[in-house]
Amino acid sequence: MARIIGGVATTHVPSIGKAIADKKYNDPYWKPFFSGFDYVHEWLAREKPDIAVFFYNDHGLNFFLDKLPTFAVGAAKEYRNEDEGWGIPVARPALGDQAFSWHLINALVADEFDITMCQDMLIDHAVTIPLELMWPGNWPVKIVPISINTVQHPLPSMARCLKLGRAVGRAIESYPQDLRVMVVGTGGLSHQLDGTRAGFINKEFDHLCLDKIVNEPDTLTRYSIHDVVALAGAQGVEFLNWMAMRGALTGQVSQAHRNYHIPISNTAAATIVLANEAQAARRAA
Amino acid sequence: MKQDIAGTTMFDGDQAQKGLALNRMCFSFNSAENRAAFMKDEEAYCRKYGLNEEQQAAIKARNVLQLIEAGGNVYYLAKFAGIFGLNVQDIGAQQTGMSVEDFKAKLVAAGR
Repeated sequence: MARIIGGVATTHVPSIGKAIADKKYNDPYWKPFFSGFDYVHEWLAREKPDIAVFFYNDHGLNFFLDKLPTFAVGAAKEYRNEDEGWGIPVARPALGDQAFSWHLINALVADEFDITMCQDMLIDHAVTIPLELMWPGNWPVKIVPISINTVQHPLPSMARCLKLGRAVGRAIESYPQDLRVMVVGTGGLSHQLDGTRAGFINKEFDHLCLDKIVNEPDTLTRYSIHDVVALAGAQGVEFLNWMAMRGALTGQVSQAHRNYHIPISNTAAATIVLANEAQAARRAA
Repeated sequence: MKQDIAGTTMFDGDQAQKGLALNRMCFSFNSAENRAAFMKDEEAYCRKYGLNEEQQAAIKARNVLQLIEAGGNVYYLAKFAGIFGLNVQDIGAQQTGMSVEDFKAKLVAAGR
């Protein structure tokens, strides 16, 4: 059976793509962010996932606002990136696992998540930048992109995204093949790009989210979308992707790593690794 | 425009309806060919996408707050800003009436 080995969540700011292209790893502005990936690289080298399921939001590459699914699951053989219009380099394609994607799609719909299924799907910087941060130069995993609408209100609630994650977790664990699966949540933390409140960052709320997401994610569901916009900024709602990632960790969860740095671009940048000890392994112990 | 969180416009159904043509034009800027066509004849390009007068004036003025008022969504407006090589600190500075240096300093200060 497939096993969920853990989760990574990280900021996906487009300018990281430029910094990677310019090899600014040791630049004083960038080093506090990039050095947060040293542990991630060790963890991935040790854990060797076969598949990474990504919870992310599309920023107007695959979807436009005319037809915008709340939740969409990719089922393609390959996912390409294209010009996003803001001058970051176009990334290499990522490979998919169609049988695994369709298993998730079937399980999610059976579990009353009426997702949109995408046999063709472009992935934007919200997937390609975390891939390049985790595996610089070579992406040794197959992916399943799951996009969550964090752009056009009404957005799904914190509770709904946590439940989506839990349904994805159950679906992964019911896959008959022995695969090592990791889940990824991208975006955040607090930031706001638009309006006279542009530049808003809330360190205190970010720390609360980072603390609670490890073992008390349900306590975060008390925040409405309106609350999250007020507390984390208009684009801080990308934390919904983190909630879904956390929901997919169905076992005993512990924080293996945390990095937090202000600012990267207009954003409070964060990276975490959560280890997941599967239920079956715990029972056997 | 609803702003019950100060300085923040929720991009909701009202804004989405108002901004559909404007955002559709900005979505087209994912293509280099379209960016060049806009630069060649800006007014004709706006007409082709059916922008209303308010939206055309905001585009002409390169004014982000006016573009938001006219229904623009910031991720799409960032594609428009990208044509001129402007990033989110540049548009943050413009919206807050600060210099880019001061806006960057404000971001750094948020970490202390």
